[in-house]
Amino acid sequence: MSTVTYAGTEVTVNDEGFFADPQQWLEEMAPMIARQEGIPELTERHWQVIKFMRHEYETKGTGPTVRVLGKTSGVPVKELYQLFPRGPAKVAAKIAGIPKPRGCI
Amino acid sequence: MAAKIEKVSIIISKGSLDGVYPGLIMANGARAEGMEANLFFTFFGLDAVHRARHEHMKIATVGNPGLHLATWAGGLPGVSAVMTHYMERKMDALDIPSIPEFVEMIADTGAGLYACKASADLFGITREDLIEQVKDIITVGEFYDLAAGGEIIFT
Repeated sequence: MSTVTYAGTEVTVNDEGFFADPQQWLEEMAPMIARQEGIPELTERHWQVIKFMRHEYETKGTGPTVRVLGKTSGVPVKELYQLFPRGPAKVAAKIAGIPKPRGCI
Repeated sequence: MAAKIEKVSIIISKGSLDGVYPGLIMANGARAEGMEANLFFTFFGLDAVHRARHEHMKIATVGNPGLHLATWAGGLPGVSAVMTHYMERKMDALDIPSIPEFVEMIADTGAGLYACKASADLFGITREDLIEQVKDIITVGEFYDLAAGGEIIFT
């Protein structure tokens, strides 16, 4: 665990950079986390995925895998990888301030 | 933290349902982690990207002690089909995609799908027999070029 500052607020993240407490996340932190993940600017499509991640986490207690994202977020798998080249579920979860989704498929 | 794996090349050589899924899951998982991934289909594994055959992959019920089924029973007509159907239902309940759907999704993730030239020649399989997501039929030498700098996993 370590502490980082996003949008002027200190938050706790784990060794991989995922939020230890999703409650600490604020929307204005997302662009900065995204830049660290190699995404210079968040488009409307990025936000669609990020908000979906938050919603899934809040209702189910866990973030969706890429397959689930592709089926239910309204963004197809091919586009998900264009938006988040380093791994859609993993990177979107990090930007959305939720734990890394666990799932094999 | 130990060094991360950046790239994997996964060889699928088996033509049974249980022989194909592990390689697909590993390739899909590699892309989900942001790694570069290539899939190389060889020998009976080619069936996983064969237009006419990829929907009909079966579980081997003979010579498969993991099924806990007597060998003589596994050889009875229809047993393989029944066991395959049973497994497919269980997978569907867990939202695990069928082989055709899974292969298509893996291609969408940006993984490269390739078929083995020696096997294609051996079975008389041409480019037209394979699903469109297969990028090329390549030699073993070309496979090693593609795999350079990454891990190779044989399944």
